[in-house]
Amino acid sequence: MTKQIIRVVDLHKSFNNLEVLCGINLSIEKGKTTVILGGSGVGKTVFIKHLIGLMKPDRGSIYVDDVDITRLREKKLAEIRKKFGMLFQESALFDSLTVGENVGFPIKEHTKLSTEAIDKIVREKLEQVGLQGIEDKYPSELSGGMKRRVGLARAMALNPEILLFDEPTTGLDPIRKNIINDLIINTQRRGGLTCVAITHDITTTFQIAHRVAMVHEGIIVEEGLTEEFKNSSNPIVQAFLAGKPGE
Amino acid sequence: MVSRILFRLGEICTHFVKEMGEIAMLLLNTISWMFTPPLRIRNIFRQMESVGIKSALVIILTGIFAGMVVALGSYTGFKRFGGESLLGMTVALAMARELGPVMTALMVTARAGSAMAAELGTMRVTEQIDALATMAVNPIQYLIVPRVLAGIFMVPILTIVCASIGILGGYFVSVGLLGLNPGIYMANTVEYVEFLDIAKGVSKGFFFGFIISLISCYKGFYARGGAEGVGKATTEAVVFSSVAVLIGNYILTSFLF
Repeated sequence: MTKQIIRVVDLHKSFNNLEVLCGINLSIEKGKTTVILGGSGVGKTVFIKHLIGLMKPDRGSIYVDDVDITRLREKKLAEIRKKFGMLFQESALFDSLTVGENVGFPIKEHTKLSTEAIDKIVREKLEQVGLQGIEDKYPSELSGGMKRRVGLARAMALNPEILLFDEPTTGLDPIRKNIINDLIINTQRRGGLTCVAITHDITTTFQIAHRVAMVHEGIIVEEGLTEEFKNSSNPIVQAFLAGKPGE
Repeated sequence: MVSRILFRLGEICTHFVKEMGEIAMLLLNTISWMFTPPLRIRNIFRQMESVGIKSALVIILTGIFAGMVVALGSYTGFKRFGGESLLGMTVALAMARELGPVMTALMVTARAGSAMAAELGTMRVTEQIDALATMAVNPIQYLIVPRVLAGIFMVPILTIVCASIGILGGYFVSVGLLGLNPGIYMANTVEYVEFLDIAKGVSKGFFFGFIISLISCYKGFYARGGAEGVGKATTEAVVFSSVAVLIGNYILTSFLF
């Protein structure tokens, strides 16, 4: 039986009396890629930020390896966060640091490795995402696709167990979208990682996902293996896949 | 009409209380992370350079012209009753007790406080602060503690620079341009200005450095809404810090002197 590495129980979150998450229940299987699919503004980013403790829920629990992270204090939460790597929608690279310094940042913060050893890891991680010789460039000198790849290299720097992707292919052209999708697939397979991605992109979803969950009006309306999801009889799912306005 | 005014008043009060609460929480967290290892020496020195060294030129210019104008302005009044000899003491006291700390604080607010708010605000809206947290690095410890420490340590030093240069500027105008006797000018300055005057002025610098960096960091750290939000946060940081400095100066003067 596949182990559940993350368990979300009855998650609620409101902003200014507007309920964004209205009781989300979801389990993330270890070593698989789960995609949270949903339209713009349904609270996907709010949801993924809860998974890593960037936001506190109004109600509900999130268990990571059976530890409820919603009740942890900052220092304990930091320990749990070392299991995670996260690729942000706009990469969130530190614009005052070079690419090499960005990728090496978490290694420098959490290990006592020498500068040479860190540089070696940085080169390896950049090679894994298909980028070489750009260590001295600044993020402002990179294209959108390259920034995502550097962001992925940084997210993988500490060899995390879980990788989170916030809209990994939004705003990219089809070629760069495929490059990022392939990278996610290869990264997941190589390390047997648990990946959680949120997106509204159907192509990306069906390329990278083992399991798909759909968020609609603050709750999970459908969840299952990718093939099961495609064939779901749920009218909300079918409307979304067909690009028609939902109910 | 009345209910609308009351509603708006309620909103303003709620917003004020919320902001005060957030600043208090940020203050407590900053103090707590200040004494939690690792001490990020390199970050602290980088911020000290930004707040101190890079503000030095503007502080020197401000100080020298402030001292000169106090001398020039006071001379007219003193001359009317033959009290020109008191000019040195007047300039020195004004610079050490009031103008030095306040002018320094306002200049640091304009140069370094606005930079703090804009930098942190940009990091917030581009998710760089969230990225720090996901890498298990506490953003308050990494970003805010070095800035607040830099404010606390550098503003008093800049206050001393500003006051000293201002006194020199006053001397230049009084002796060089207005023809006062340099011996009498200096003797009066040394006789009437006490060490406590300087110490109290410097202690104002500690307070102003702390309040400017805390308000600027708060505004930037909690910025929302893209480029417009960063602009708003920067403006508010400068306005609120300047007002806090002026109000704080009155309160401190009434308690200290």
